[in-house]
Amino acid sequence: MLLFRFPQGNFEPGNIPPAEFQALAKKWQDWAGGIAAQGRLASNGNRLALEGKVLKPGGVITDGPFVEIREMLGSFIIVKADSLEEATTLAHGCPALDTNGSVEIRPVMK
Amino acid sequence: MEKEKESLKRLFQQEFSKMVAVISSLFGLEHIEIAEDVVSEVFLQAAETWGDKGMPPNPTAWLYAVAKQKTLYYFRRNKILEKKVIPELASRQEKSQEIAEPNFSQQNIRDSQLQMLFAVCNPAIASEAQIGLALRILCGFGIDEIAEAFLSNKETINKRLFRAKEKLRTENIKMELPPENEIAGRLDNVLHIIYLLFSEGYYSKTQNQILRKDLCIEALRLGLMLTEYERTRLPKTNALIALMCFHASRFDARETGGEGFILYEQQDEALWNQELIAQGKHFLYLSAEGDEISSYHLEARIAYWHCIKEDSREKWENILSLYNQLLMVNYSPSVALNRTFALYKANGRQEALVEAEKLKLENNHFYYLLLGELYKGFDNEKAALQFQKAYALAKTQTERSGIQEKIDSLY
Repeated sequence: MLLFRFPQGNFEPGNIPPAEFQALAKKWQDWAGGIAAQGRLASNGNRLALEGKVLKPGGVITDGPFVEIREMLGSFIIVKADSLEEATTLAHGCPALDTNGSVEIRPVMK
Repeated sequence: MEKEKESLKRLFQQEFSKMVAVISSLFGLEHIEIAEDVVSEVFLQAAETWGDKGMPPNPTAWLYAVAKQKTLYYFRRNKILEKKVIPELASRQEKSQEIAEPNFSQQNIRDSQLQMLFAVCNPAIASEAQIGLALRILCGFGIDEIAEAFLSNKETINKRLFRAKEKLRTENIKMELPPENEIAGRLDNVLHIIYLLFSEGYYSKTQNQILRKDLCIEALRLGLMLTEYERTRLPKTNALIALMCFHASRFDARETGGEGFILYEQQDEALWNQELIAQGKHFLYLSAEGDEISSYHLEARIAYWHCIKEDSREKWENILSLYNQLLMVNYSPSVALNRTFALYKANGRQEALVEAEKLKLENNHFYYLLLGELYKGFDNEKAALQFQKAYALAKTQTERSGIQEKIDSLY
């Protein structure tokens, strides 16, 4: 599973001009299309909405931040690879990296 | 005389599927062979009588009248029917003493054909057999024509059809529309078979152009049949029809008159059928309803963009995006190759080369053709190497000579 994390605030609505957003969307799609073209896309996951809730011990519910670190989980895809190394190779070129984000590569337990 | 024969053949082909559907709906699908026999006899009698006295003023009405007589005759004489079907029919008709006769009204013909379409496209039957059965029962093709379309022989096709009909019996498949809550799911299989029928015609290996075109027209006709009913007139049905219209619009432009096809790039767009393109746009518009995006939607939109011959950034970026989406729904090597070509047109050679090298479709000559095209004019030596690999893997002489031309053009 490839998990994409982004610096918080990067994708807040209104932060990006529409044209730039479109260009970014195209980049993402071209990148994921490249993985699919190799027949290695198992699931293109779900995009996570920006809003949500966080439940903390003691029943405290807040609207975020989602984690106490500077990055938030944006979305994920599941790829087919024989090893973690192979999956990591597929993650190269991911547009998240261009926007100071990161890709976390984790095996899915069968 | 030749022309008369041709139009007679077409009439029989059309009426075959209608009559078989109506009679089968009366007898039950397990007796589909009886329906086929009755209809064959009707045609035999027509050929004899019309040969002597000339065509009647209303040939269809004549065929239906004779079909009615022959059906009734079968009812009285055939042992299976007497023992099995008539008691059941009688109880179905509240013990009415009258023998049911086939009803050849427009409405009943349409209903029966739609029921037959769902029966033939039942997932219980293997898909190759479904296509054969669809060609025979729904499109009225002769066994020899089906054999030619599949590049097979009559014996194999007969066996295949026999097994498919066995399956209809053993699986107890009925001539009825699926219940309302199942229709959308079952429709997927029906659409898939229509799609395969069309592809069989469009990409068929047979040299017989008339046969190929017939296959495409029949697939289109079956698709249109689904639009006559509210429950099957779904956006994805319209998307499939749009897709077929767009492809069919280039049918004449790609015919060489001999072997092989004229490739898209070299086609004379004046030969594209504008009427079919307009039809395609109409159905594409209808398909935009609702929020389901099926692979037919994506393929129809790709085909739509290909109806604009002129290259533009907008065109190729759209095509690339559609291929990306298509791959995410449905991976296939040919879609991956087409996507990479679109990537080349939209984002440039460098990016496409990197992506193409990753595909590693090493048994596929189209893969090396694509690589060759990408290297051409940039590194002709590498291009030649790729084309040579494609040459070694190509399956037909036509393909090999096409590739040889490409190699020669490099020097």
